[in-house]
Amino acid sequence: MSVAILRQGDYLIASIRSDLTDGQLLGLRDDLAERVGVQRIRGIVVDVGALDVIDSFMARALRSIVQTARLRGAETVIVGIQPDVAIAMVQFDLNLELLRAVLDLDEAVALLDRLTGREGRDER
Amino acid sequence: MNDEVRVPINDDSDLVPARAEGRALATRQGFSRTDATLIATAISEVARNIVVHVGRGEIVLRPLDELRRCGLQVIARDEGPGIRDVEAALGEGSTTSRGLGLGLPGARRLMDDFQVASAPGRGTTVTMVKWRVRDELELMRERRRRA
Repeated sequence: MSVAILRQGDYLIASIRSDLTDGQLLGLRDDLAERVGVQRIRGIVVDVGALDVIDSFMARALRSIVQTARLRGAETVIVGIQPDVAIAMVQFDLNLELLRAVLDLDEAVALLDRLTGREGRDER
Repeated sequence: MNDEVRVPINDDSDLVPARAEGRALATRQGFSRTDATLIATAISEVARNIVVHVGRGEIVLRPLDELRRCGLQVIARDEGPGIRDVEAALGEGSTTSRGLGLGLPGARRLMDDFQVASAPGRGTTVTMVKWRVRDELELMRERRRRA
């Protein structure tokens, strides 16, 4: 499997490790939606830093992950979109407003804390 | 041409090698990392178009070398039912089936030249090229290498 999913409290961190097939990407969406309920997950981080191409299908699949998770009660943050990939993604007339993206994992967790109302729950 | 690369497309897992071969050839042709990404993304779109609409076909990648510029040509070919109205398929916001509305216009924006040849019952061939201008320095180096 080319996605590693780690759990940290009620957050899930899904790292896409290599080039995924369409089927694997949709499988990830289904898996995450399932885990939100089973593991009482409130926030998801999807790390796409290893992807050197995100085409229109993959962009829509990411959007679908965000939407599905939200309907299950969890917020999702995308991490690590490569600069070249971002340039390419803009060429598709896709509405990507749902995709909240940040640069690294720390920022992702901070944003999830904010989105789920946990700001300042730890020592920081 | 012996530098030509052919990637058969039979299902969505074939998009992975198609993108990788495209990026490798783009790099060999001297494209920047960003351009190589744009090319690989465009290849992904036209290859997916084959998978979604026809099921099988092939991607041919061909290096183009001219005096003042070099390029990478991508040919996506299938023997499917063809596109009745190419202009409509390329139209922005056309939402027929999954992806055609976004995929082809998106690929067109990512590349420099873009053509679709198709007729009902005769399959579809998408031909697209990304060009890179060769600057004086590069030409000079090449002359020196040959000398």
